Amino acid sequence: MFAKIWDAHVVHQDDGAPAILAVDLHLVHEVTSPQAFAGLVRRGLRVRRPDRTVATMDHSVPTVARSTGGGGGDDGRAVLTVLDDAGKIQLDTLARNCAAHDVRLFGMGSAQQGIVHVIGPELGFTHPGMTIVCGDSHTSTHGAFGALAFGIGTSEVEHVLATQCLLQRRPRTMRVTVDGRLAAGVTAKDVVLAFIARVGTGGATGHVLEYAGAAIRALDMEARMTVCNMSIEAGARAGMIAPDDTTFAYLAGRAHAPTGAAWDRAVAAWRGLPTDAGASFDAEVILDGAALEPMITYGTNPGMGGPIGAPVPDPDALGDADERAALRRALAYMQVEPGRPLLGRAVDVVFVGSCTNGRLSDLRTAAAVMRGRKVAPGVRALIVPGSEAVARAAEAEGLDQVFKDAGAEWRTPGCSMCIAMNGDQLRPGQLAVSTSNRNFEGRQGQGGRTLLASPLTAAAAAVTGKVTDPRTLAPEAAV
Amino acid sequence: MTARFTTLTGRGVLLLANDVDTDQIVPARFLKVTDKAGLGDALFCDFKNSYGADFPLDRPAAVGAEVLVVGKNFGCGSSREHAPWALVAAGFRAVVAPSFADIFRDNALKNGLLPVALADADHAALVAALTADPRIALTIDLATEQLTVGAPSSLRASFTVDPFARRCLLEGIDELGYLLSHLAQIEAHERAQEPRA
Ligand code: SF4
Repeated sequence: MFAKIWDAHVVHQDDGAPAILAVDLHLVHEVTSPQAFAGLVRRGLRVRRPDRTVATMDHSVPTVARSTGGGGGDDGRAVLTVLDDAGKIQLDTLARNCAAHDVRLFGMGSAQQGIVHVIGPELGFTHPGMTIVCGDSHTSTHGAFGALAFGIGTSEVEHVLATQCLLQRRPRTMRVTVDGRLAAGVTAKDVVLAFIARVGTGGATGHVLEYAGAAIRALDMEARMTVCNMSIEAGARAGMIAPDDTTFAYLAGRAHAPTGAAWDRAVAAWRGLPTDAGASFDAEVILDGAALEPMITYGTNPGMGGPIGAPVPDPDALGDADERAALRRALAYMQVEPGRPLLGRAVDVVFVGSCTNGRLSDLRTAAAVMRGRKVAPGVRALIVPGSEAVARAAEAEGLDQVFKDAGAEWRTPGCSMCIAMNGDQLRPGQLAVSTSNRNFEGRQGQGGRTLLASPLTAAAAAVTGKVTDPRTLAPEAAV
Repeated sequence: MTARFTTLTGRGVLLLANDVDTDQIVPARFLKVTDKAGLGDALFCDFKNSYGADFPLDRPAAVGAEVLVVGKNFGCGSSREHAPWALVAAGFRAVVAPSFADIFRDNALKNGLLPVALADADHAALVAALTADPRIALTIDLATEQLTVGAPSSLRASFTVDPFARRCLLEGIDELGYLLSHLAQIEAHERAQEPRA
C-alpha cells in the first residue's frame, strides 16, 4: 500500500536527490506556520494550491470561557479569551496569513474548529490514497484511512505552501500485525502503547508502519486513528491501515468526501490500495491481540510503559548502562518506585482529550465509566472534546451532563493539556493520567508528571482517585 | 533560506542522555513565537532543572562550544523546527549522536545544523576523549564526511549525510529554489492526476 501511494505521487527524481513528492492535502495550524508564511512572503511567493490547504486553530486556543463580561458568541457561548499576548499574536497571524493567501481557516468561533487531526477526517478532507502533511508530528493519524500522512518541519511547510511538493527520501516499511481479538477493557490505545513499549521510542525510526491483522481490522475508524496517531512515538514517519468497508462507511456523506459518480469511482480506486498478498516489508512486528492488557506508562517517554498490573521495571535489572541511567532518571522524575505496579497510586488530574483520544467514541467510553459515579475528592478531571463537532455530538447524547454530574470539567475544543500551551496545565509535581500521547518531562506543564493510558483507564482513575485497572470496576464500565 | 556548512573546528560539550525529546530541547510554552530568533534562552531550560546540579552546558568549558554530543535518538517527539532554531541560536553548529529522530534530522539539515551520526564505537571513543579533555578540538569536515578529535588527531571517525542534503549545504543550494525549478514537472503531474475539466 505504501509503495502504491508513494509511486503515484513521485513527480520527479534526479539521480542522488530525494524524490519530489506531490502533496494532496496540507493541514496548517498556528504554531508551526508563521515563519513559513513569512518565508513565502519574503520570496514574493503565494500559496500555490490554497484549494489543497486547510488551516485550523488548536494549540493555543482556550478551552474555557475566561471572560463572561463581553457577552456571548452567536451560539450563546461566552467569548473565549486567549491566555496571553504571544498566543493571541500567533492566532491573529494565522488568521491574517490565511486571509492574505485565500486559505480556508477553521478559526476560533467556527462551528468546525477543532484539533487539526480530528477535523481533517471529520470533515471528510482525509481520503484513502492521499499524501497528507502538516507541521505536526501526529499527522500520522490520517494514515488510518490508508493515506500516507506524516509530520514535517516549518521549512518544509514553506516548501509545500510554495510548491505543493516536498523533497523526500523513500522510507523503509514495517508491518505491525496484531492478531486475535482484544479482550474486554483493552482498547486501541492499549494496542499502540503495547507496540511502542515493545520496540521503544526510536524503534521504528525511518519506517512507515502498516498495521494489519484481525484485531486491527475489527477496530472502528476512531480507534484506528488512535493507533496511527501514536506511530510517531515509536519514531515512525507514518502509520497506515488499509482502507476497507469500515473506512468507506465512515467517509460516506462527509462534507468534503466525493459524492455521486465521483464517490463510486473513488471507492473503486481505493479498493485497489491495500497491500498485495505476498508483498514484503523491511521489518515485521507481531503482537498477540488476545494477550494484550490495559496499558499505562510509568516513565518519561511513551516507550516506558507496560500492562497496568505489571511491576514497574527495575533499572538495576537492565543490562545496558545507558538504559539503566535513563530509566533511573525517568523514575526519579516520576517519583515512581521500581518493582511494584502503579495500581493504587493516587492521582491529581485526569485529562481526557487530544488528537489521540478526543473523539466521540473516546468520550462515550469515559462517560460510561463516569455515569452515576463521582470524580474522587481532590481529583481534577478535564474532558476536552477534539472538535466543535465532537462537542455537539456529545452534548446531543447528554455526555456533557454525565461529566458535569460526575464533577468533571466539560471544556471547549482544543489541544489543551496535551501540550499545555493555552493555560490548561499541571502544576509542578502533579501526577496526571492522560489520554494524550506524550509523557515527556513537563509536557503537560512544567514539573508535571504524566501517565499515558486509554480513556477507559483514565476515567477509572478519575472516579477512584488512583491508578485503577478498569476491568475491576463494576460491569457497566466495561466496553 | 540557504543553509551552509563546510567545515567546523571547535569545542564540544557532552550531554549524555538518550531519547532527548523536542519538549526537552524547547518546552512548548516557547513555541508562541512568530519568528526564529531569540530561542537560545529557551534551550533545555526545563531539562536542566531535572537533569540535576552541574548541567553540562552551564560549565565553563562549555562556553563557546559549537558541537553538542548527545545520546541516541536525539530529537524524538514533536516536529517543532524550534528545536534546531534554539540550538543554532545558542551557538551550536553540529550535533553528534549515535542516531537521530527523523524529523529532527531533516529540520536540522535545513538550518545548517549538521546532524553527525557516528557508529557506536566511534561515539564511545569521542565521549571518552571529551571526558578526558573537555576543551579538546573537534573538526567536522562535511566534504570528506570525517570527524577528527584533537590535533594531531587522536580519533578519526567517518559519518554519512544524505547526499543531496550534503550537496545543498556544501554548495549553498536552496531546497525551495530546487523545488521551484521543477514547477513545470509539478504542473504536468497535477494535470495527469486531475484529469477532470
Ligand atoms: S492534541 Fe496534542 S499531540 Fe495532538 S495536535 Fe494537539 S498538541 Fe499535538
